[in-house]
Amino acid sequence: MGLKDFIVEIVLQNKEKAKDPVGATIQRDLIAKKGYANISNVRSGQYLRISVEANDKEEAKQNVVDMANDLRIFNPVTQNLTILNVTVKS
Amino acid sequence: MTIKVAVIQFPGSNCDLDTIHVLNNVMNLEANLIWHNDFKGDKYDVAVLPGGFSFGDYLRSGIIAAHSPALDEAREMLRDDKPIIGICNGFQILTEAQLLPGALLQNDSLKFICKWIKIKVENNSTAFTNKMENGFIIDIPIAHGEGRYFTDKAEELEENDQIVFRYVDEKGNPTIDGNPNGSLDNIAGVCDLEQKCLGLMPHPERASEQILSPYHTDHGRLFFESMIDFINRRS
Repeated sequence: MGLKDFIVEIVLQNKEKAKDPVGATIQRDLIAKKGYANISNVRSGQYLRISVEANDKEEAKQNVVDMANDLRIFNPVTQNLTILNVTVKS
Repeated sequence: MTIKVAVIQFPGSNCDLDTIHVLNNVMNLEANLIWHNDFKGDKYDVAVLPGGFSFGDYLRSGIIAAHSPALDEAREMLRDDKPIIGICNGFQILTEAQLLPGALLQNDSLKFICKWIKIKVENNSTAFTNKMENGFIIDIPIAHGEGRYFTDKAEELEENDQIVFRYVDEKGNPTIDGNPNGSLDNIAGVCDLEQKCLGLMPHPERASEQILSPYHTDHGRLFFESMIDFINRRS
């Protein structure tokens, strides 16, 4: 089994306590004002789509998490890292 | 002894030349503009990380510059008791490099704010504030989109005297009115445990000549006078 190409999609989001003025403004000043009363909360974030060579999905994901921790791709003081998806590159 | 100051230039720095001007022509020091990859700390007594938008603020303000070899040099300088100041983007770089605690987040208003504000001196024993009185109110401009200071260790910073400046209102109180960007506890600047590394969002280099100040003040000079005093006393 050789290395395969994977796509790892991640999102960086502010922690609750660090607030998210972008998401709050979208919700308050646009969505709520236009009458979408059923939409109560919006959180914004940064999306990164990363191509990585690995033996399997788990290794691809772990490589990205290790790199993100090592290089502070997310700031652990203020942000959370979420893995959205790991897929085989077609 | 002539004090040698390095102003470290990153791609996207834009307050570097203002800082060089003040250090050379107002403070009469020997300041050099140094490209970040070429910076060697052992040639200088002090380093300034100037304001701007290093690496276009991509990913997060300061994070890419924080991985520059210049920050390893800065770490080495601090170990040698040499002071470092980060102004605006320089402050963001120092927090991302973990030389200073906390982080700078997008302003509460989502707006880029460029105006003169007031900050109060909370700790006058750092390498850059020793010529100031505690409680002194400084007239100084800010110009940033990501200046909202955040930390989950505010009590610890308070106990360790690491909070150096707070934003204050016209009466000198750290109120919501005096807080331009939503910073936690009105924090405008912090230092490291040894009080030799200072970061702040406001711009001392834009407040060092009376002709540039709407109040005809030059409070920014106090930062550099303190720095000179610190270095002279040390040597």
